[in-house]
Amino acid sequence: MYSFQPSEEQQMLIEAIKRYAMDDLRAAARDAEEEGQLPPELIEKGWELGFLQASIPEAYTGFGERSAVTGVLAAEEFAYGDLAGALAVLTPGLFTTPILLAGSEAQKEQYIPPVIEMEWKPYTAALMEPHFDFDPNALKTTARVEGDTYVLEGEKCYVPYAADAEAMIVYASLEGVTQGFIISAGAEGLEVGERMKLLGLNALPLYPLSLKGVRVPKDNRLGGEAGHDFAPILAASNVALAAMAVGVSRAALDYSMAYAKEREVFGVKVAQKQAIAFMIAEMGTAIEANRLLAWEAAWMLDQGKEEAAKHAYLALTGAMDTAMMVTDRAVQILGGHGYIREHPVELWMRNGRGFATFRGLAIV
Amino acid sequence: MIDFETPKPIKQVCNVVETVAVNMMRPVSRYFDEHEHEIPWDFINFMHNAIRSMGGTSMAPKEEKSAEEGGEKRPPIGYQRLGHMVEMLAWGDAGLYLCLPGGMLGSAAVAAAGSPEQKKRFLSRFMGEKPVFDAMAMTEPQAGSDTSAIRATAVLDEETNEWVLNGEKIFVTAGHKALIDSDGFVVVWASIDPSAGRAGMRAFVVEAGTPGIKVTKLEHKLGIRVSDTAAIVLQDCRVPFENILGSPTVEKSTKGFKGAMATFDATRPIIAAQAVGIARATLELLKEELEKNGITIRYGLPRQKLTNIEREIIDMEATLRAAWLLTIKALWMADNKIHNPKEASMAKVYAGDAVVKITQRAVELLGPLGYSRELLLEKWFRDAKITDLYEGTGQINRLVVARHMLGYRGKELR
Ligand SMILES: Cc1cc2nc3c(=O)[nH]c(=O)nc-3n(C[C@H](O)[C@H](O)[C@H](O)COP(=O)(O)OP(=O)(O)OC[C@H]3O[C@@H](n4cnc5c(N)ncnc54)[C@H](O)[C@@H]3O)c2cc1C
Repeated sequence: MYSFQPSEEQQMLIEAIKRYAMDDLRAAARDAEEEGQLPPELIEKGWELGFLQASIPEAYTGFGERSAVTGVLAAEEFAYGDLAGALAVLTPGLFTTPILLAGSEAQKEQYIPPVIEMEWKPYTAALMEPHFDFDPNALKTTARVEGDTYVLEGEKCYVPYAADAEAMIVYASLEGVTQGFIISAGAEGLEVGERMKLLGLNALPLYPLSLKGVRVPKDNRLGGEAGHDFAPILAASNVALAAMAVGVSRAALDYSMAYAKEREVFGVKVAQKQAIAFMIAEMGTAIEANRLLAWEAAWMLDQGKEEAAKHAYLALTGAMDTAMMVTDRAVQILGGHGYIREHPVELWMRNGRGFATFRGLAIV
Repeated sequence: MIDFETPKPIKQVCNVVETVAVNMMRPVSRYFDEHEHEIPWDFINFMHNAIRSMGGTSMAPKEEKSAEEGGEKRPPIGYQRLGHMVEMLAWGDAGLYLCLPGGMLGSAAVAAAGSPEQKKRFLSRFMGEKPVFDAMAMTEPQAGSDTSAIRATAVLDEETNEWVLNGEKIFVTAGHKALIDSDGFVVVWASIDPSAGRAGMRAFVVEAGTPGIKVTKLEHKLGIRVSDTAAIVLQDCRVPFENILGSPTVEKSTKGFKGAMATFDATRPIIAAQAVGIARATLELLKEELEKNGITIRYGLPRQKLTNIEREIIDMEATLRAAWLLTIKALWMADNKIHNPKEASMAKVYAGDAVVKITQRAVELLGPLGYSRELLLEKWFRDAKITDLYEGTGQINRLVVARHMLGYRGKELR
């Protein structure tokens, strides 16, 4: 039976996140972007909303159950406030959610509680690699078996909080198949490079990594000895990023729409010009369309539908184009003022461009 | 709770409709495209009997029975069901779909604005032995998008208690079938007070055989050729007083007109469903043809690694799915009586754009094959465009969406 109505519980969560996203993330976003850092209290406050904790079962010290649908609802709202802040708050999920989805029982018991019971701490994951045709299913970082360890070699990039991380999952190709490996801070051969400087996301500390013969005990392969299927992890990440792209788009739409209703040109409001009003109609329509695409893909993941991974990919494909289209138009609607860093639309345009590139930077 | 599961009864009916589409529509698609104005009676009679044997009068959603009347307390799905059926029928052939008896725009208007007596009087005819058709006539030569510019008039003759209708209507879908080929009716829009603008506009049911109404022309079209598009002239055409839909007096408000527009809240997503059906047919054929040539789509790759054809198809698939979800959501809102004009127009804007783009790209991508009449692709390219035109062009629906988003009235954004 079709329904487009979030449950009451989900509604409450969305409301709480929405308040935080506007009052805290959005309020801090510009300074954070210019200064290149997010205040720790800001992240902690977002963490205390308990979104991740509520997606972990009691057995691992959480207080709920994971639902990708709840996840996309939450991710969209966080990103509506500010993308860098949203990614920061959700970063520990890059570590716990794949373990929850694909880890062995022992790994779940060992690694999830320390993250969930504490204040926000930098646990993270490394998927992306510095090649123009980076492909999560064809990694150039390799893992090979040597005795009872795996040896990892390669280059990673866009790793949130890598410099301070207590532990992380590094994805590498094991005989052509992407597999996750749990690595603790200070592992020998793991070198964190200088913080990356990017087109957007300047508030979020992202690092390159070099893996020079990093030895990982066999027990630390995600899923244990038998390993795991990477597809559900990637799909859960794709829907999260799709939802965030929708959130950023919606932020840009709302801001530019409000501006267009205030600003006068030729004796009428900008919004009363069809050239602008039609852009707004198309932005709103594309956002609604792609939100539903992300919702459906998330729902398919929760239901364990066979087509879920494909739909998650389609959802990300649609949402990343929407984010670019909408954020570009938001700048256009503000005219020259959109180009000035006093308004947030130029930041959203830079962040919006990123969704075609970002993979594995969020997961729900 | 958010849920995307297609209800079982809808799945079942879709299976039946798919069989119809495959066996009764596709095989005659080309023939009727090339024999414009020939009426597909075999298909019509088959469908009429099928609908009757299923106990329906038309495809339109039945009124849900309330719990006291012995109806079960389930969420209503009538419009969602209709949307799925229309999608499948348009997948079969959008033109043939428009030839179905009953349940088109005319009866939608009666169902939306008629009194219980009117519904009984006008809608019961669809249950008879023979197929009966209905139509709606709003558009005039000088008034398309701007419906307030219509000039047709209705004057009450107090002596006989009849409305006297005068005017000229064009582009009436199924007008000929409703007036000439069956004992159907046309819902005609006319003004009872030309000085009152939209507030004076009313709909009148004009039955087949009424003196003074004439079909003067059938249009020759780009696509959906099997569907007749009629021009109609009304010359001192008299209908009983009771044939007016809605109030016979002019109030200051535009309520009468708004009532008409409310019909669109349900019918616009139905047009979107037509668009989705044509687009799905196109995409399926495109992928089949490519597969024959050894091309399969590698989902999941970054764009940098995709071929252009793969990229285009993946983008089409995302767009098509999104269009369908917008459509379902608008229909779900209609079923649950949630005010949906914005969502209804969003669905039509997005699906109209999607099908136009998908069919146009598909013809290009298949090269000489795509342009040839050997495949139905070129026909779907022609059929598709109508979904971006009737029941509000893409521009008019953008206006509706923008007004709702911006909180503007018509005069603030025209
Ligand atoms: C095959 C077919 C079947 C049809 N069936 C029916 C039917 O059953 N009953 C019926 O009543 N009508 C029917 N129509 C009519 C259809 O609804 C109209 O053609 C349509 O509403 C557009 O009106 P128009 O053709 O006069 O174009 P116009 O209104 O003249 O529009 C011309 C162009 O101007 C644009 N435009 C108009 N107003 C604005 C605005 N305010 N802002 C920006 N752009 C604007 C339009 O989008 C369009 O691009 C049918 C038409 C066709 C082709």
